[in-house]
Amino acid sequence: MSSNLINLLISATWQTLYMVFLSTLIGALIGLPIGVFLACSRRGELLSAPAVNKVLGIVVNATRSIPFIILVVAIIPFTRLIAGTSIGTTAAIVPLTIAAVPFIARLIENAIREVDAGLIEAARSMGATPLQIIRKVLIPEALPGITLGLTLAVVSLIGYSAMVGAVGGEGLGDLGIRYGYQRFMPDVMAVVVVILIVLVQLVQTIGEWIARRVDKRAPGNRGA
Amino acid sequence: MQRDITSGAAITFDGVGKSYPKTGGGSVTALEGISFEVPAGSITGIIGRSGAGKSTLLRMVNGLEQPTAGTITVAGRDVGRARGAALREIRREVGMIFQHFNLLSSRTVEDNVALPMEIAGIPAAKIRPRVRDLIARVGLEQLAGRYPAELSGGQKQRVGIARALATDPKVLLSDEATSALDPETTRTVLRLLADINRDLGLTILLITHEMAVVRDIASHVAVIEGGRIVEQGLTYDVFTAPQHPTTRSFLAGVTGVTLPRFIADRLQTDRPAGPAREVIRITFLGDNATDPLLARMSATLGLDVNILAGAIEEIGPRPFGNLLVSIDAARAAEARAYLESHQQRTEVLGYVL
Repeated sequence: MSSNLINLLISATWQTLYMVFLSTLIGALIGLPIGVFLACSRRGELLSAPAVNKVLGIVVNATRSIPFIILVVAIIPFTRLIAGTSIGTTAAIVPLTIAAVPFIARLIENAIREVDAGLIEAARSMGATPLQIIRKVLIPEALPGITLGLTLAVVSLIGYSAMVGAVGGEGLGDLGIRYGYQRFMPDVMAVVVVILIVLVQLVQTIGEWIARRVDKRAPGNRGA
Repeated sequence: MQRDITSGAAITFDGVGKSYPKTGGGSVTALEGISFEVPAGSITGIIGRSGAGKSTLLRMVNGLEQPTAGTITVAGRDVGRARGAALREIRREVGMIFQHFNLLSSRTVEDNVALPMEIAGIPAAKIRPRVRDLIARVGLEQLAGRYPAELSGGQKQRVGIARALATDPKVLLSDEATSALDPETTRTVLRLLADINRDLGLTILLITHEMAVVRDIASHVAVIEGGRIVEQGLTYDVFTAPQHPTTRSFLAGVTGVTLPRFIADRLQTDRPAGPAREVIRITFLGDNATDPLLARMSATLGLDVNILAGAIEEIGPRPFGNLLVSIDAARAAEARAYLESHQQRTEVLGYVL
């Protein structure tokens, strides 16, 4: 394999990491409040707003039902509005983020719903405001679940990022398609696949390690 | 802030009721016509079976549930109508401990104890020393940096108690706080609660389904059944002279005076013709509880007394005994008269051949 190809592989790996990292970050920043709200806003819950909850739930489901490749193309005008262009790695972050937000919101909702209702009651009995309960009880207690959820999101986004080649997003998936498939270079395809496998393994391992560190629920697990 | 001085009550329930709307119309009544007072500085126990409504009643005191009728006054303020900031203010004056402790698994012992103060907006510099004092009070100095998962049930409840005391409340609510603990741990936790009640003058309102808990620490007791209070008063009075069948059935478990099976099966309510023995429950009260009264009666009247079951109990510092005996039915009236004349209570349970 020529040094030219190796350079391509290295830069494609960075492009993938760049897209996935940024879209996870922005997706988590937007997805966290949405997830918290979804988890706390059914009738009788902390932020009881059943109508808004229902509408938001439908929007989240709708976004998640659109196949990613269609989402990428469908929102090109929006992407241009946000990123200034609809082509390239940075532009690809827009559809990736839009796919990440509802996914992460649901994962965070699930993690927060796992928190024992007794803890909410205890915090209420102390005179905590809903915001204090979210900040001091729900999020810290759900952190192991949130960490595992975000790990899952990163892994999924690595998969999604392979499709943004359709709008010139580049990255590993795009390299695999253009060289490995369209130029009949099976060795490039093989290397791309191996790098993706290693990346996913790394992300999963790191995610689980962090989740274990923040999880104080099992005895003898004191973390730092 | 101010306590209701006129009545001396820390908590007053006045005609309190709670009903829930049922799906498909109608409503379910959980509590009805609850009126009683929790005297300031007392340890008051509410005892009832699961589903009797005691948990709902307790949770109304700090506004976790709202009454649908009547008023609840805590430290002179109407909890049922308080909302938002006013309600949160009241809650800071009412500590609460729970059956399953409800500690944050993500926080260490000291950070759990600090939580109510963080919520109240107390500056960190003031929180630290107070947390140390509270942890010392419940005897957990060695475990301050541990996480709840590393503690035993009794230790967790001690953390719960320290946490409940953090904002210096006037009232402590205990929601089946010892129900998940073994008997030995239960005793140590109850002793801690009694110490706190004595040292801080804190009013404690506890709910339980175990009469032993009431016997060990409560000065006052209310018995709840089917959403109503069926009996209330000083623990000693209720224990020694229970009026309601529910109270009696709760007491049977702790006073050790259920009839032995072989007697209970043969017991008749009406006195049979011919020779029979009368089964009597004798309740020894106060100082006489430890007197050898039965032996004296036996000698004085020349009577055979057959002891079937019995126990001496303590309610707070006061002893009381409960004895089931059988006496020749022909002379039983004489025996009862003797006992009554010595200030003992007797109750005829039935007859056996």
